[in-house]
Amino acid sequence: MQLSPVIFYLIAALTVGSAAMVAFSRNIVYSAFSLLGTFGGVAGIYVFLGADFVAGVQVLIYVGGILVLILFAVMLTHRIADVQITNRSVGRIPALVVIGIFIFLLIQSIRETPWAKAKEIVYAPTTTIIGEWFLERYLLPFELASVVLLAALIGAVVLARKETRE
Amino acid sequence: MAIGLAHYLVVGAVLFGLGLFTVLTRRNAISILMGVELILNSANINYVAFSHYSTGNVDGQIYAIFVIMLAAAEAAIGLAIVLAIFQIFHTIDVEAAETLKD
Amino acid sequence: MEHPVPTDYLRWIVLLPLLGAATNGLLGAGLQKKLGKWMISLLACAPVVISFLLSLKAFFDLLGLKPEERFLLDRVYAWLSLGTLNADVAFWVDPLSAVMILVVTGIGGLIHIYSMGYMHEDRSYWRYFAFLNLFTFAMLLLVTADNLLLMFIGWEGVGLCSYALIGFWYQDHVNARAGNKAFIVNRVGDFGFILGIFLIFWSLNQQGHGTVTFREMQRFVPLLEGQEMWGIGVATLATLLLFIGATGKSAQIPLHVWLPDAMQGPTPVSALIHAATMVTAGVYMIARLHFLFSLAPVTLAIVATIGALTALFAATIALTQNDIKRVLAYSTISQLGYMFLGAGVAAYGAAVFHLMTHAFFKACLFLGSGSIIHALGGEQDMRKMGGLRGHMPYTFWTFAIAVLAIAGTPLTAGFFSKDEILWQAFSSEHGSALLWGLGVVVAGLTAFYMFRQFFLVFFGECRADSHTRAHLHESPKVMTMPLVVLAAGSVVAGWIGLPAAFGGSLFAGWLEPVFGPHQEAHGSAGLEISLMLLSVAVAALGFYLAYLVYFRRTLAPERFSSLAGGLPYRLSYNKYYVDEIYQFVFVEGSLLLARIGAWFDLHIIDFVVDGSAKLTAFVSWLNGLFDDYVVDGIVNQVADSTFAAGDKFRKIQTGNINSYLYVILGAVVITMIIKLRYWS
Repeated sequence: MQLSPVIFYLIAALTVGSAAMVAFSRNIVYSAFSLLGTFGGVAGIYVFLGADFVAGVQVLIYVGGILVLILFAVMLTHRIADVQITNRSVGRIPALVVIGIFIFLLIQSIRETPWAKAKEIVYAPTTTIIGEWFLERYLLPFELASVVLLAALIGAVVLARKETRE
Repeated sequence: MAIGLAHYLVVGAVLFGLGLFTVLTRRNAISILMGVELILNSANINYVAFSHYSTGNVDGQIYAIFVIMLAAAEAAIGLAIVLAIFQIFHTIDVEAAETLKD
Repeated sequence: MEHPVPTDYLRWIVLLPLLGAATNGLLGAGLQKKLGKWMISLLACAPVVISFLLSLKAFFDLLGLKPEERFLLDRVYAWLSLGTLNADVAFWVDPLSAVMILVVTGIGGLIHIYSMGYMHEDRSYWRYFAFLNLFTFAMLLLVTADNLLLMFIGWEGVGLCSYALIGFWYQDHVNARAGNKAFIVNRVGDFGFILGIFLIFWSLNQQGHGTVTFREMQRFVPLLEGQEMWGIGVATLATLLLFIGATGKSAQIPLHVWLPDAMQGPTPVSALIHAATMVTAGVYMIARLHFLFSLAPVTLAIVATIGALTALFAATIALTQNDIKRVLAYSTISQLGYMFLGAGVAAYGAAVFHLMTHAFFKACLFLGSGSIIHALGGEQDMRKMGGLRGHMPYTFWTFAIAVLAIAGTPLTAGFFSKDEILWQAFSSEHGSALLWGLGVVVAGLTAFYMFRQFFLVFFGECRADSHTRAHLHESPKVMTMPLVVLAAGSVVAGWIGLPAAFGGSLFAGWLEPVFGPHQEAHGSAGLEISLMLLSVAVAALGFYLAYLVYFRRTLAPERFSSLAGGLPYRLSYNKYYVDEIYQFVFVEGSLLLARIGAWFDLHIIDFVVDGSAKLTAFVSWLNGLFDDYVVDGIVNQVADSTFAAGDKFRKIQTGNINSYLYVILGAVVITMIIKLRYWS
C-alpha cells in the first residue's frame, strides 16, 4: 500500500507531462507522439480506479485507433521531410492567464464541494457486468451508438474521398 | 496521504486546462483535434473516478465507454474534414479557412 | 438422456469438411493450376471419408453403451450466454443423429467420389468441391447441433450452398434464376422456422425455463400444455411455424416449386442435396422435436395431410414429365411427402427409416441419370433416349435395382420403409384409412412413372441423333463404383427394419431411446400382411400398365393423355400451373400493386398537387399586386436598416473558433467566480 501513492504520482506526472508536451511543443509530430503518453497514463489511472475494462478499451481505441488516425493525418497533410514542421501557436500569454484562473477555480471547487461517497470501494472485475448492462439497461444507447459509428464511417468515407473540384 | 477522489479530479482538471489551452492557441486543425481528445480524456477520468468513489457502480464506466466511442467517431469525421480542407485550401491552418465571414 | 457421455472427436466429424471447403475455397484456384485436379479431389474427398470413419466410430461407441444411455456430447465452447438464453457450440450424437451423420457422410462421400468423374471436364472444379464440402459441413452441423440456434445456422448454411450449387453454371441465366428461386422460396420457410424458434424460447421463458437446447426442451415442453396465444395453443402455433420451415426446406405444398427447378445444378448435387440430405432436413427437424409435435395433435394432422397430398400431387406430375431429372425431382417431392405422412401420424421412426432408404435409392437413381446424361453429352430429354441397356451395363443394372426399390418391390429397402409408413398411417391413433388409401394410390403411381422412365431410357430404339449415338459409352469406374455401392444399399438397407409381422425391426429398436417405446399397433399381424399384399398389388398394377404402354407398346400413351378431353394430362404436364399461379399472384401481384401506386401518384396526387399549385399561383399573383405597391414601401425601409446593422455586427462573427472559445471560457470563469463567492 505504501508503493501505490508513488506509482499514482508517477502515472499522473506522465499523463500531465505528456499533455503539456502536446500543448506546448513546437513540432506537431512531437505533439502527436506525446499523446501516446497521455493516453497510456489515463489508461493507468483507470486501472488505479479498478476499471479494468475501460482501461482496455482506452488502450485499444485511443492508442490503437485514434492515435494512429491522428498520426496518419499528420503525415498526409505535411511534407514530413521538411525540417520546419509548423505548429503555430497564437496568443499564448492571454490563454495561459485565463486558463490559469480557470484551473485555480476548478481546484477550488473540487476542494470545497462535499462529494458523495460510495458505501464501499470495490476492486472487482467489471467486464461481465458492463457486458450485461450494455445488453439490458443500456441496450438502446448501445444500438444507437452503433448507428452513430456507421454514420461516422460513411461520413468519413464521403468526406475524405478524392473529388475533382472546380 | 492516501490517494482519494480529489487527486483524480485534479489530474482531470489539469488535463482539461491543457486541452483547452491547445484548442485556444493552436492554429493547426490537427492540433486542435488533439486538444479535444485531451478534454474528452479528462472528462472520462472524472466519470470513472466518480463511478469508483461516489456511486460504486459501473454507470460511470459505461458513460466513459460511450465517450470513447464518440471520440472515435469524432476523430474519424474530424480528420476526414481536415483532409477535405487540405484538398481545397492546401493548408490546414484554421485562419486560412475563415471564409465564413466573407 | 440426462447424463451425456462427453467426447472430443465429434467436432472433427463436422469441422473436417469445413476445413476441406476452406482450403479448396481459398487456395483451390491456384492448386488446380499448379498441381492439377487430383489435389483438389484429395482435399475434398479425404475429409468426408475421415468424417465417415469417425461417424462409424461414434456409431460403435453408441452400440457399446446401454440403450438408454446412448448419447454422446462434444461441447466445444459456450457460444451465447445472454440472460436466460444459453446456447453452446456443442455437437451431440444420439441414435437419431447417428443415423443422419452416417447417411450424410456415407452417401455424401460416395457422391464426392462420383463427382470426381462427373465434373472432370469442368473449369471450376475447385469451386464445385469447395461448395460441396461446405454443404457437407452445414448439413452435419444441422444434424449434430445440440440446440435450435446452432441447428438454424446449419439450416441456413445448407440453403446457401444449395443456392450456390444450383446456380453453379451461373453463366447461363436460367440456372442463376433457378438458384434465386430456390433461395427466395426457402426464405419464406426459414422465416417461419425462426419465428417458431422465438416462440418456443419465449413461451418456455414464460414458464421460467427459457432454453433452446434439445434435451432441456424435452424436459420442459410439457409445461407448455395449456399455454395459449390468440386462442391457439402455444405448442400448436410453434409447431405450425416450424412446419412452415420444414415445407420450405423439404419442398412440400405450397413451397415445393423450387425443387424441380433446382435440377439445373450439376446432377451429383441433385443427388446429394436435393434428394438424399438437405431436403430431408425438414423430416429430421420434426423427428428431432418429436416431443413438441406430439403435444400438438392439430399440427400432426396438418403434417400428415400435407404429406399425403404432396405425395399424390407430385406423383401425378411425375407421370407426364419428359426430363429425366424432373421426373426424379417430382418423385423426390412425392417420397418426402411419404416421410411427412409418417411423421404426421407420430411414426417418427418410420419416417426416419424411409429417409434413410430413400437416400440410398434416390441417390442411386440420380447418379444413374447423371451417368446417362454424361454418356449422352448433356441430353436430359427422355424422348431422345432409349436402348441404352446394352451400352451401359453398370448403369442399367444399378438403375434397375433402384427402380425396383422405389417402386416397393418386396425384399428391397423401399418396400420395407414404405410399408412401415403405410401400416402406421393405417393403424396409428393419428392415422386413418383415408391417409393409407392416398399412400397406396401413390405407391401405384410411383411404380408406373418409375418404370415408364426405366423403359423409355433403357429399352426400345435409341432415339438420339447419330452423332451422340456414336459416342455412347459406359461411365468411368470412379462413377460406376458408387452406383454399385448405392444399389447394394438400396436392397440391404431395408433389412434392418423388418415389419413387426416378420420378426420386428432392428431399426425401430435402435431409435427407441429417442422416440420412446415403439407404439403397439392396433391391428394384427394378419391385417398387416394383407394390407402389405394390397399395396404390392397396386404397385404391380402400376408396373404392368407401364409395361404395356412403354415396353410392349400395345397400349398407346395417347389413350391416357386424351382422357376427359386431355384436361388431366395438361394439368399434370404443366405441373397444375402452380408456377404460373405464383407468378401471377405474387410476382405480377406485387408489380400490379406497384403499378396501381404509380397510377395513383401520376393521376390523383399529381392532379391535387397541380391544382393546388395553380391555385397558389393565382393567390400569389393577387398577393404580388398587394406586395408590390403596399408592403414593399415599408419592407424596403426595414431591410435597408437591417442591412446597415448587419454590416456593423458582421465584424463580431470572425469565423475564428478561438475567439468564440475565449468568450465561452470567459463566461464560464465569471459564472464560477460568482458561484464560489456568493453561493458556497
